[in-house]
Amino acid sequence: MSNILVLVELSTAGNISRSAGELLSLASTLGTPVAVLATPHVAPGIVTELGSLGAQHVFLGQTETEPMLLLTPQVEALWQAVQKFRPSAVLASSTIDGREAAARLVARTEGVLLANAVAVRFDGERIVATNSVFGGSYSVESTAEGGLPIITVQSGVLEGRAPEVAAHVTVHHLTLNPEGSGVVEGSTAVVASSRPDLRTAGKVVSGGRGMGSKENFALVEELADVLDAAVGASRAAVDAGYVAQSSQVGQTGVSVTPELYIALGISGAIQHRAGMQTAKTIVAINSDEDAPIFDVADFGIVGDVFAVVPQLISAIRSRSQGSS
Amino acid sequence: MKIIVLIKQVPDTSEDRHLDSATGLLDRSSTEGVIDEVNERGLEVALQYKDSHKGTEVVALSMGPQGTSQALRKALSMGADAAIHLLDVNLSGGDAAWTSKALSAALKTTAFDLVVAGNESTDGRGGAVPAMVAERLSLPLLGSISAVDIHSTSVTGQREVESGTLSVRASLPAVITVTERSPEARFPNFKGMLTAKRKPVKTLSLADLSLDPSERSAAARSVVVSVAARPARQAGKKIFDSGTAGVELAEFLAAGRLL
Ligand SMILES: Cc1cc2nc3c(=O)[nH]c(=O)nc-3n(C[C@H](O)[C@H](O)[C@H](O)COP(=O)(O)OP(=O)(O)OC[C@H]3O[C@@H](n4cnc5c(N)ncnc54)[C@H](O)[C@@H]3O)c2cc1C
Repeated sequence: MSNILVLVELSTAGNISRSAGELLSLASTLGTPVAVLATPHVAPGIVTELGSLGAQHVFLGQTETEPMLLLTPQVEALWQAVQKFRPSAVLASSTIDGREAAARLVARTEGVLLANAVAVRFDGERIVATNSVFGGSYSVESTAEGGLPIITVQSGVLEGRAPEVAAHVTVHHLTLNPEGSGVVEGSTAVVASSRPDLRTAGKVVSGGRGMGSKENFALVEELADVLDAAVGASRAAVDAGYVAQSSQVGQTGVSVTPELYIALGISGAIQHRAGMQTAKTIVAINSDEDAPIFDVADFGIVGDVFAVVPQLISAIRSRSQGSS
Repeated sequence: MKIIVLIKQVPDTSEDRHLDSATGLLDRSSTEGVIDEVNERGLEVALQYKDSHKGTEVVALSMGPQGTSQALRKALSMGADAAIHLLDVNLSGGDAAWTSKALSAALKTTAFDLVVAGNESTDGRGGAVPAMVAERLSLPLLGSISAVDIHSTSVTGQREVESGTLSVRASLPAVITVTERSPEARFPNFKGMLTAKRKPVKTLSLADLSLDPSERSAAARSVVVSVAARPARQAGKKIFDSGTAGVELAEFLAAGRLL
């Protein structure tokens, strides 16, 4: 079977990111998964963990601790691994890091970028990646001709898990030129949330400018918590400072496909709908009966969120008390 | 300081956008082209530096069909000093790798200290071309940053990634891409619109860049296999709250096993 390289991202705290499991699982359906990462610390725990996620080989590009170079080590590690493993495809997550590393590898290898895939398969000899265009309005399948396919994969759309294996490991010392690279001078980690992750959550409750203030936005969070849902937002709510930008749903934010999406005080601009219109069931509460969000809602309520939502929350609470 | 701002003309995101079902390429006839909003923010970053640093030159560079000149005119009326239009039939419909090759070749024709691009276009959404350009030109890349600060020999910014925020720096010359968290762009004023007409717009073809069109057909490339349009979503039930909508919604969710 041919080798499939997977770029493994590490968090600012050095942990393996969640996308690694999804990518290794996808890689195992295409060939032999090879995990590639760059780090100054060769911790044996990482190799075991990647093996448990399905990596047959781990290619570990070792860097100096200082200076901490921005993505250049990852690109170099991929480049070395491409030469060693002669893969038939490279997978990276469609994250900020994954996309930039993939793009730089395409330029370096004269390969082919297949961006934002939601599915990847072999069709005979050629690899075919599916991506979702214009907020799910189109589904486009593409293949790579004449070069190595380097594929960025949307996180949260893949299911399944590769069988656990004991990974072989190769440690390679990376030679890097700090002059030609961006440098990381400091970092702050995001505070881990106990709520479900927005990209993968089965339910999402989002709030918009109609929530009126950061204090009032707590109502969105309260409903999310009784439903065990992730919290989302419109760009206007992010711009107004009600919620962190990582919660933004839409064209320039996260795309979500949950079972249930509830939009509170969101008008439903086309750029917002681009990130949520593929949800299974959409509920909207908005005081303006002409708000475009109602055009995509399965259940629309013309009303005041501050009246409807508290009533909804107590109705859900009394139901769950009644049934338990 | 010379700053080159990469600009892409895209279909307006506030209208329905379409793909040609045969080629998978953008149907440019279906929507009005506008400067991608994030590129306007990139231009704003450059113009703010120019406002406070006399002698700064800001050049807008765009690759695209004939109509792209409108986007460049707008950039000039906002305050850019000059524009370069990369225009050639053999560029149309090119994938990210080919586009980055042409842009890199165009950048080689001119000296610069900083290239400012957007983190991701609203049509392609690949977020790849500027990174490819940086790699081809062997320049440092600071991607997806906000709070950009340009200094005489370096550039810094904040990079928000999934796991946190990084403070990043690169020495010049460098390539940066800004996110939509960068300040909103200014509007062209009347004086800007008048002077824009007198500012230089240079058109470059592949021949001017010594790029051979046959290189494109020989090069590795992405090829569309199929295009399928998804049916538009239908509106469902809509009720007016008369005091019990919250309870009705709870019933709807329970009936759909969504509680
Ligand atoms: C290039 C580009 C990219 C963009 N990307 C995104 C994106 O990723 N995500 C995104 O969301 N937007 C995006 N936008 C912005 C988008 O165009 C809209 O401006 C934004 O979605 C509006 O957010 P909103 O619905 O919260 O605010 P508004 O449009 O102001 O709507 C607020 C709504 O709240 C309702 N309301 C007010 N009070 C109440 C109440 N008490 N009870 C019930 N309803 C109430 C109002 O009727 C109104 O419909 C983008 C725009 C551009 C140009």
